[in-house]
Amino acid sequence: MQDEKTLKVETEMEEEIQSATTADQPGREELQMLTAQKTEPVITVKNFNAYYGSFHALKNIEMTIRKNQVTAFIGPSGCGKSTLLRWFNRMNDTIAIAHAKGDLKLHETNLLKKGLDVVELRRKVGIVFQKPNPFPKTIYDNVAFGPRLHFKIGKSDLDDLVEWSLTKAALWKEVKDRLHQSALGLSGGQQQRLCIARAIATGPEVLLMDEPCSALDPKSTLAIEKLIDELADEYTIVIVTHNMQQAYRTSHYTAFFYEGDLVEFGTTADLFSSPKEKRTDDYIQGRFG
Amino acid sequence: MPDLADQQMPSPLPDKGIRSVSRMATRVREGFVHTFLTVCAIFSVTITFAILVVLLQETFYFFQRDEVTLGEFFFSTQWSPLLGSTKKFGIWPLISGTMLVTLIALVVSLPLGLVTAIFLSEYAPAKLRAVLKPFLEILAGIPTVVYGFFALTAITPFLKSISESFNVYNAGSAGIAVGIICLPIVSSLSEDALRAVPQSLRDGAYGLGATKFETSIFVVLPAALSGIVSAVLLVVARAVGETMIVALAAGSTPRMTLDPRSEIQTMTGFMVQMALGDVSNFGTEYLSMYAVAMMLFLMTFSLTIIGHIIRIRFREEYQ
Repeated sequence: MQDEKTLKVETEMEEEIQSATTADQPGREELQMLTAQKTEPVITVKNFNAYYGSFHALKNIEMTIRKNQVTAFIGPSGCGKSTLLRWFNRMNDTIAIAHAKGDLKLHETNLLKKGLDVVELRRKVGIVFQKPNPFPKTIYDNVAFGPRLHFKIGKSDLDDLVEWSLTKAALWKEVKDRLHQSALGLSGGQQQRLCIARAIATGPEVLLMDEPCSALDPKSTLAIEKLIDELADEYTIVIVTHNMQQAYRTSHYTAFFYEGDLVEFGTTADLFSSPKEKRTDDYIQGRFG
Repeated sequence: MPDLADQQMPSPLPDKGIRSVSRMATRVREGFVHTFLTVCAIFSVTITFAILVVLLQETFYFFQRDEVTLGEFFFSTQWSPLLGSTKKFGIWPLISGTMLVTLIALVVSLPLGLVTAIFLSEYAPAKLRAVLKPFLEILAGIPTVVYGFFALTAITPFLKSISESFNVYNAGSAGIAVGIICLPIVSSLSEDALRAVPQSLRDGAYGLGATKFETSIFVVLPAALSGIVSAVLLVVARAVGETMIVALAAGSTPRMTLDPRSEIQTMTGFMVQMALGDVSNFGTEYLSMYAVAMMLFLMTFSLTIIGHIIRIRFREEYQ
């Protein structure tokens, strides 16, 4: 029922926003709202609190990340959005003073339990960072890095997997003749797609993206956004972004964070068209942040 | 054109007769500072060239002597400059002695130094590193004569307790001591190279499910390889040039051998013997010291240059 309602609001909004935005941004004709679906939960967050030392970075967060949906985290710097993202695959383990309590589950697995197999978790929940960070190795070895750690895999299977991953990341055609050259020779946008290929090569279920386009030019950004759209068919994606239009263009659900609070969480259509909270409205209108 | 120096201060200061500083004085001062700094910079270069000139000159005189030929120097395997009528000047026994000691020093210092560097850079908590690093640097600050003595009085007896076949003076003992003084250089330079690897690469590896060990070995270490290789070359140059330890502990018998138990003589060891001994300052054997020094200079010089090139050429450019 709720879905139908969403759909309706959405189609109305879509026309309005599309006409408004295409006028501002020539060359972006395909802009359209994504349809949020209430698929099964993948990550559930309940009463979740995160700290850096005594600093309370996230307060009583409740949200559900749904399968094959793109969820965008927005909010001003320091609001805790990246912190939450990094708890989803326990990247915060590298920071000694980071700790958390509450409920954080990937399906039925408690992600906060002691002795959790973080290696397996990170295989299932891949991450792409703000700055492209290919290893100073060949393109092939970059993609093969994860599979070599996790699987006993033969040369020809590995070749296939590398090709498959690079194809999925829309990079295969550009690099197939230079697989054994250094990845550092690629452009920034290509490097970021390589990092995405590297992340999906381990066969993850969830892809976390921490401002994946903020170091890229508009053209590369568009390519990544298109890729996110395609990948959502097979992966559950969480993307942190500073760019409101990007959240609007790429996500089904949006969460707005402000100073450690999850101010509002809902379908992207709802949140952008009729925010319930004034702070959300102010932020998406660009009045602060 | 009005004279620039005569222009008055602009407001907000009211006219109180404030004038600009003398342009002339500033210019003279700047010129003086510039000249002074240039002279200081040229000084060390000049010294290096002066040494080189002396080496070249004396080496030239050495090869003009009737007793030696270039062919004998480079292709003969006998070095016996003090044997009266049967003097032989074949450089290879000295080079092999130097190489043997260097090789042993590398076997000791490389594995230990690298492991230490990885531990300090990737594993050690900040507090432990703050304590450990100064200790390593103290190791580098002890005078080498102390190490030479240590080799003679501690390492050699230890080696002899393992096997009686070790000579009192032997290459093994000296090599181990040289290895110990090289240890802080390897670990310190390698640690710098490892820590220069950007955190984003480590994050990338952790994000793919790599363990700390896998991250260190498969990502951080290869990324730091150029720095580590150049560190190794610097250490080789250091070991080749080490003098006091080998003069004390390796002996003074030039010998073509790879046996660490036997007494040998290194290039530096021979030079000490010549410089301190009571040989005539005009004898061929005395001049041979310069030829050996020239060889030594060429070896360490090329190692340093190669190390430098590797560091520049193979440095990974990160974004």
